[in-house]
Amino acid sequence: MRRVAVGSQLLAPVLALALVGVVGSLTSRSVQFQFRFALVMATIVIALYVFVGNSGVVSFGHISFVAVGAFAAGLTTVPEALKLSLSPDLFPVIAGAEVGNAVSLLLAAAVGGLFALIVGGPLMRLSGLSAGIGTFAVLVITNNVLRNWEAIGPGARTLSLVPETTGFLQATLGAIAVAVLAFLYQRSRFGRVLRASSDDTAAAEGAGIDIYRQRLLAFALSGALAGFAGGLLVHLLGSITTQQVYLDLTFVTLAMLVIGGVRSLWGAVVGALLVSGVNSLLLTAENGLDLWVTDLTVPTGTRLVTLGVVMALILIFRPRGLTGGREVTLGRS
Amino acid sequence: MSVLQTLIDAVALGTIYALVAMGIGLVFGVMRLVNFAHGELITAGAYALVLTNHLPLVVSLVACFGVVIALALAMDVTYRPLRTTTPTTMLVTTFAVSFLLQAVALLAFGARGENANVLPELNRAVAIGDLRIRWVTLVSIVVGGLLLGATAAVLGRTDIGLQMRAAAMNARTARLLGVRASTVIRFAFLLAGILAASATVFLTVQRPLVTPSYGFQLVIPALVGVVVGGMDRLVSATLGGFAIGFAAAVLGEVLPADGRVFLDTALFLLVILVLLVRPSGLFTRSRAAWERL
Repeated sequence: MRRVAVGSQLLAPVLALALVGVVGSLTSRSVQFQFRFALVMATIVIALYVFVGNSGVVSFGHISFVAVGAFAAGLTTVPEALKLSLSPDLFPVIAGAEVGNAVSLLLAAAVGGLFALIVGGPLMRLSGLSAGIGTFAVLVITNNVLRNWEAIGPGARTLSLVPETTGFLQATLGAIAVAVLAFLYQRSRFGRVLRASSDDTAAAEGAGIDIYRQRLLAFALSGALAGFAGGLLVHLLGSITTQQVYLDLTFVTLAMLVIGGVRSLWGAVVGALLVSGVNSLLLTAENGLDLWVTDLTVPTGTRLVTLGVVMALILIFRPRGLTGGREVTLGRS
Repeated sequence: MSVLQTLIDAVALGTIYALVAMGIGLVFGVMRLVNFAHGELITAGAYALVLTNHLPLVVSLVACFGVVIALALAMDVTYRPLRTTTPTTMLVTTFAVSFLLQAVALLAFGARGENANVLPELNRAVAIGDLRIRWVTLVSIVVGGLLLGATAAVLGRTDIGLQMRAAAMNARTARLLGVRASTVIRFAFLLAGILAASATVFLTVQRPLVTPSYGFQLVIPALVGVVVGGMDRLVSATLGGFAIGFAAAVLGEVLPADGRVFLDTALFLLVILVLLVRPSGLFTRSRAAWERL
């Protein structure tokens, strides 16, 4: 019975993601993009959750792993001539690299994971706000370098003509795969040890747990998943700039995670899908929303304000998140 | 550009950051809340200056201080339900409030930017030997320094200041001894508002173009400075803010012209380095404070 209950914790997030995929694919062409985008956002938030949710340490740096993943996947799937016309100083290795869609996604994950492992090496020794600011520094540096060093990417220009391979199949399966990996990690010995150590640092150290190593492992895994999500993102949008994977995305994904509930996978999925849903509705409303009874058109710019109000209200009045940080189970757990 | 010139400009920028950092540090001290939306106080003040541009200077300044202080006190009320939650939630919530206020500014004023042309005569320079120093530099250093000193005096010499320091040291014990948490926190927001409004005036003289992210761009480095300096004491937080402004100004001069685009990288590498060497803060004495977090 207990095993069933534990397995059912994974069921709800996977079903929710699958539902978004299936329902989305049945909608009209114009709103399909919104559904696919929601799935990719969910993937990023789940990746973020793997570290933040299990370790209890806030990371402002995860979008830099999304960024390197996105540029890695983008740059390896755009034809060489096009890359060189964008950025003539590109390293020959990068200019010449051309791989398929699947390989580019795995490459994005590898680059994201490796980058997280390297920066996590020193940074995971920090805790609390110092760790938060340290990861934020990584975000700023990554953006600054990607934007200005034209040997590794297009710099401040838009990387465009990336094959748009993130259709419903890839978005849904990608999100579900990341959710399953997040769940397996969370249930593994490592995940449990890290969670226990975030609840009581002193007791965990007393029990012989090396918190630094556990955090680093979670950070690297989380970075790899974020890199993969970046790959999905670039193949969804077909183009990317460094500013699209910087402060705004960092804030929105963190808010999604906290709104859903930081401490559970279900919270990450709920937060990401719900905020994306609200955002899409508002976006549609700005372009004129047919509410069966009446046509409602709200002025441009209202979307951001409303989104801000909704997020701030939920955070202030439901500070533990909509799910309260709990997983969904069939039996009583 | 002589060394002394660079140093004077760096001190001026450092002082403005110190005003911002002290405001963040005051609020953090009494309620353990890192207020990302502190930057929107500055943005609001700057837009108040924009809107009252055609009116006499006194009116502009009163409007600026009034708007900033009112918004600071409104933040106090808004954040009240957060007092019992986790640091993560607090942090993300203030981020959300900042996002919301920026969205409001975008809706009201647009992204293009407005000109807050206050005290343009302060941009004139005086020549002292080889040095050419703008008035605003001198005013920032002198008035900013006085304000920092005055705030320190309020904390050190008055009853409410003593209560604030007590609450910052140990909120629960302070409350048991009769310190009213709400009063102390409201006063911290009030002081933070006054400091932010002053920083706004100095800043708009030098950078008159006000956009919705005007204050946000300033508060991010200030916040980083606060943490690098050491959040647990107001002095170290303020010094941290000063240090980051100073370092940014000096790096801007020292870096070769083609490397200047990598200023942020250099600055934040420095931040990481300091955090690794002194995780509890550059200007703090003990490790104990850090381990509590």
